[in-house]
Amino acid sequence: MSELSNQILIDNPRRSKISRYRPYWLVVVPLLAILFQVNIPLFFRHLSYLELPLLVTVYFSLMRREPVTCTLIGAAIGLVQDSMSNHYIGIFGIVKTLVGYFAASVSLRFDVQNTTVRLVLSFFFFFFHQFFSWVLSRGLLGQNVNFDLLQTLLFGAFNALVAVPLFLILDRLRDRT
Amino acid sequence: MLSRYRNLAVLVLVVAAQLILVAYQVRTSQDVTLLRVWTVTAVSPLAKGLEVLRSSTLGLAERYFLLVGVNQENLALRAELDRFKLENQFLKTELSTADRARSLSVFQEHSRSRTVAARVIGTGTGANSKVVFIDRGKSDGVMRGMAVITPDGIVGKITFVFPNAAQVLLVTDPTFAAGVISQKNRVPGTLKGLGRSQVQVDWVQNEVKVEEGEWFFTSGDDRVFPKGLPAGQVKVVKAGLAFKEIYLDPSGLMRGLEEVLVVLEGIHLAIPEGVLPPEGPIFVMPAVPTDVTKTSLQNPTAPDGNPVLATDADRLREKIRRIGELQGVHFGTAGPRLPNFNMDPAQVTRPTQPVYIPSEKPPEVKPATPVEPVKPSVQP
Repeated sequence: MSELSNQILIDNPRRSKISRYRPYWLVVVPLLAILFQVNIPLFFRHLSYLELPLLVTVYFSLMRREPVTCTLIGAAIGLVQDSMSNHYIGIFGIVKTLVGYFAASVSLRFDVQNTTVRLVLSFFFFFFHQFFSWVLSRGLLGQNVNFDLLQTLLFGAFNALVAVPLFLILDRLRDRT
Repeated sequence: MLSRYRNLAVLVLVVAAQLILVAYQVRTSQDVTLLRVWTVTAVSPLAKGLEVLRSSTLGLAERYFLLVGVNQENLALRAELDRFKLENQFLKTELSTADRARSLSVFQEHSRSRTVAARVIGTGTGANSKVVFIDRGKSDGVMRGMAVITPDGIVGKITFVFPNAAQVLLVTDPTFAAGVISQKNRVPGTLKGLGRSQVQVDWVQNEVKVEEGEWFFTSGDDRVFPKGLPAGQVKVVKAGLAFKEIYLDPSGLMRGLEEVLVVLEGIHLAIPEGVLPPEGPIFVMPAVPTDVTKTSLQNPTAPDGNPVLATDADRLREKIRRIGELQGVHFGTAGPRLPNFNMDPAQVTRPTQPVYIPSEKPPEVKPATPVEPVKPSVQP
């Protein structure tokens, strides 16, 4: 394998260790992320483009590496987000369920401690999230919603840049035992 | 075998359950209210707490370190100004359609729309969301479908109501629609959100005249917004394939959203005539002196005994009165005879032709003085 491959792919069982968190963090952190999304854009309008609940879903999925748990975490966060939106309950739920599952599956192959991996995966999952939401709105609900590719790419980059320091902060919540 | 596909099975199960949930909502047009109520009831106190924390900390800095006393006064004045704006809007529309006495009596008889003030405590989830949450809910009499306004115009409508909070769909949301009518040409249309700061008025034929700068008001047809509330000012008008493309700046969102009014009982108003007054000072002429008004309207004769014919209406009335007098017709009484309105009363009272008396000497006629032709001057 090349040097880059060595850095980002898992070849060492130690590096694929599952991160553990105290259960209340799994409730408090997503709740804070949703509160942030609900309250902060009132004063900083541009921060409404920051999908903090998605980044939290991606983080916990990458770090826990258990597809079943992460599927359920994604579904729960998505459903709460749906409840605070004006569309049908289940749209964000389905998308975040898929994000949780795929992020957990991907984490089994990559070194998720690597900053570049985190940056790229955050960008990818933001794009996946937005695209799949659009597909569901258009295909399932028949809504006439436009998909602005350039805007999505820009917001994806913004979210990925925020994800890197955010993940470092969330790393501190891991169980040391 | 089952454990091998356990992850995938759980995924399919969870996704399928949510798909059924969405299908149920679409099919029955019913919402999963319980889940929303739980979530919003859990989150709204935290959002309120954050809002109080923000206003108390940032507000403290503003009040005590930056502008001691002025901020408080400014808030009070702004609230008062908003109240006067609403009152002014009501009075203006009434005065434009009827005389002052009638509008005052109507104002006394009918109170304005009953509203309840609410504070915006949060926005909806999802990138670039166009919904907000307010701190008034079912306990305050708020119901789904009620209009949300500011003194500057319409803001949105209530889409979900919770015990102590409510969700407001903003006019800029792509699923929002409201009936509107233009102020100048009375062109009806449907206001629609576009997902960005401007909104569009749809279903207006290309042949109809709509001008830039014209105001659109709510028409009341949607049974959500009372008629006569400002919706926005036209920024762009262009012809489309079948319908005009009209874009407005929604006036209700122009000053940001902090506090709004929920219309509990709406009262339809008339669409105000003329152009709305621009911002800033305007020149107002002095009032007509009392004695002049009395002379021309209440006592139509001047001190010298002649009638004061101040307006065309006065002159016409005087002419008809004299026609009636000359032909012996009394207006306002029953009778088979109609006067000849083509008659000119001025011609009747004075001699129509000069009277010629043969015994008198005919008037002398002076011969015209001959005029010499003017020679053109020639310049050397």
